[in-house]
Amino acid sequence: MTMTKRAANGRHVPGSGTPAAAEVDRARAAMLHEAKPRGRTRIGADVVCEALLRQGADVLFGYPGGVILPLYDVLGDYPELRHVLVRHEQGAAHAADGFARASGRVGVCLGTSGPGATNLVTGLATAQLDSVPVVAITGNVPAALIGKDAFQEIDITGITLPMTKHNYLVRDADELPHVLAEAFYLARNGRPGPVHVDITKDALQQETLAAHPGDDAVAAGLPGFRPTVEGHPKQLRIAAQAIDAAQRPVILAGHGVLVAEAWDELRAFAERARIPVAHTLLGVGSVDEAHPLSYGYMGMHGWKHVNRAIQSADLLIALGMRFDDRVTGKVSTYAPAARIIHVDIDPSEIGKNVAVDVPIVGDVRRVLTALTPLVREVPQAEREAYFAQLAEWRRESESTSWHGSGAWRDGLLSADYVVSRIGELTGHDATLVADVGQNQMWLARYGGFRRPHSHLSSGGLGTMGYSVPAAMGAALGRPDKETWAITGDGGFQMTMQELATLVQDRIPVRIALFDNKKLGMIRQWQEIIYAGNYHSASLLSPDYLKLCEAYGIPAWKATRPDEVDEAIAAARTVEGPAFVWFEIAEEQNVFPMMPAGKGLSDLIEKWGGADE
Amino acid sequence: MTVDGDGAAPVAARYVPGSGEPRRHVLVAIVNNRTGVLNRVTSLMRARNFNVESLAVGHTEDPAVSRMTITLRGDDHGVEQLSKQLYRLVDVLKVQDVTAERRIEHELALIKVRASNANRAEILKVVELYKGRVVDIAADSIIVEATGPEDEIDALVALVGNFGIKEMVRTGSIAMQRGAATVEYEGANG
Repeated sequence: MTMTKRAANGRHVPGSGTPAAAEVDRARAAMLHEAKPRGRTRIGADVVCEALLRQGADVLFGYPGGVILPLYDVLGDYPELRHVLVRHEQGAAHAADGFARASGRVGVCLGTSGPGATNLVTGLATAQLDSVPVVAITGNVPAALIGKDAFQEIDITGITLPMTKHNYLVRDADELPHVLAEAFYLARNGRPGPVHVDITKDALQQETLAAHPGDDAVAAGLPGFRPTVEGHPKQLRIAAQAIDAAQRPVILAGHGVLVAEAWDELRAFAERARIPVAHTLLGVGSVDEAHPLSYGYMGMHGWKHVNRAIQSADLLIALGMRFDDRVTGKVSTYAPAARIIHVDIDPSEIGKNVAVDVPIVGDVRRVLTALTPLVREVPQAEREAYFAQLAEWRRESESTSWHGSGAWRDGLLSADYVVSRIGELTGHDATLVADVGQNQMWLARYGGFRRPHSHLSSGGLGTMGYSVPAAMGAALGRPDKETWAITGDGGFQMTMQELATLVQDRIPVRIALFDNKKLGMIRQWQEIIYAGNYHSASLLSPDYLKLCEAYGIPAWKATRPDEVDEAIAAARTVEGPAFVWFEIAEEQNVFPMMPAGKGLSDLIEKWGGADE
Repeated sequence: MTVDGDGAAPVAARYVPGSGEPRRHVLVAIVNNRTGVLNRVTSLMRARNFNVESLAVGHTEDPAVSRMTITLRGDDHGVEQLSKQLYRLVDVLKVQDVTAERRIEHELALIKVRASNANRAEILKVVELYKGRVVDIAADSIIVEATGPEDEIDALVALVGNFGIKEMVRTGSIAMQRGAATVEYEGANG
């Protein structure tokens, strides 16, 4: 699937290697050196655009407003910057997040002061909890008006302070080149995260000749930011000894494997030491699920066989994951016999949620590169009994909670089946973006992921409404890959205003809506944990076919198993956005389920006599 | 239906970080001397649920940095976690737990004590005994300035409390290692 280029207004980003791209590069270089586009004075807003180009951030998601208008006034002078006008700033932040996760580059979103900035907050919090490199740029009222409760003034840096990696309030255009270079540097280095740059309107308008610093100058100015990337040799030796001695080791692969682009190193390590690889929600895609050593998704709604393996392990090798409560359950009963090796680039993650026997601070890729040669190559025979047991557990667990016929009770459409068909029919190569709730768990369990960065999910914050705007960003971040948003009727209705953005910008996102006329996960918890006391779990939806017709989006509806493949195939032929409305069973649950506050061994596998 | 743990022999419950016996810790943090840094530090301690007893911040010999002394209660793991969290702040250059080190740890207090002609002399005697200093005398009150370890100031406060305290302010502890040892940080004078 190729990205549809925008109409002949010259605003699209040409593919690299083409004469058009060379032209753009020449123009870009000339502009940066002359620093006076359009023959006018260079102002703060120009510095922002130059900085974005220097950082290779050529796609921005934003929404204009009073005090950011000086920036929009010059955007037209930078045709290489593609600005996507969203319908709500939350969509811009999620799109920047999706762009970053899918492409591995920094995503950028823009908003104005006051409500524009507060609307970005949910998206930045999402990026913070999942360590996603995003730079958010907001306008603020002129410096002289700060603190006067001016129109659309709010203390936004006070708001984003605890939920960004770092933030800035810039009142002077001369500071902008350094601040923006630092913002991008911080966003993508060490443990990535969102950085917020708030710029007063007068700083955007002020003339400046300040030059852009290089990364070395930026790093030199940040003595408080020196991430450790190489594992300590002594710790590596201790880890290797523990790995060599382990009888029942399990690798826990997290988001850090993807962030560090360490999937090849992970596979090499696992193969050499012959260790099964379990993955977290954000670790989906860090290991090819078709690989014989891939054991599956762990945690609250993970596979029972995976949780069993963890609970009976004598060694856990945790790579770039943070022992979230959805992964461990009750810590006091977590993996009771296991020693723990924990590799993470952020020292604060080590020992935060569980005590660790062998801490290794470092980049997962560098650590694995150094560690793999130190561990013993384990012959197959040595692990035969272990792997036989793992296989047995896996057979048992996979035979439940799966509806291979596509039908749940009474022939109603089963969500796990639909998810697996989407994975299958897209060749396990598309970028699939989850929303939050049951759809998210079904996708992680049954999507069948084989490619790094092919699964995007709001894991830490659990932000409903994430999928459509994030898929929008993902589609532009990886235009070479087909992109699907997998969402529920609850999450979709939180951010469905972005349908118009998809249409206006011709962004080829396919939306798979799982409609059970419920807030499914709420309903599931109320059924099982709140004794069937349902409240606010049912919700009304519009007729989605009519909705899509109103937006001009081709749409299909499937209500029976035999309609699933056809609807997916039809949506895949559309060039722009497309929509498939899956009417699924209303009361299907995600099993197994670990109730909050319980341990990994306390899985609920059935309810009301059915393993759903 | 629930299932029990498989395969694993029953073992002692896993330690939950932060659940150990709390004790008093003294941390020294070197931070960039920039607008908003104090806010970042206090916001983090609030958000991460650390029980801070006192926080004192001021200039150092290097105008580019400020030095904070933080006293708090927590188990050793929990306090180590606070140090690590503080390091996530770009403006934090160094955090050192000096609890186990030989150190001078002092705070300053100003105590406004009720005084009359009848007891003024007695108050002055107590203050002298505790190496306090009288910095202001009015018709019906005296301001006593005291510096020293927290417990010494506590003792002075308890004694002058008998005369009646109108007002009191304490700075919280500041700490420095004894001898040649210093809190080293990267970017010194930078």
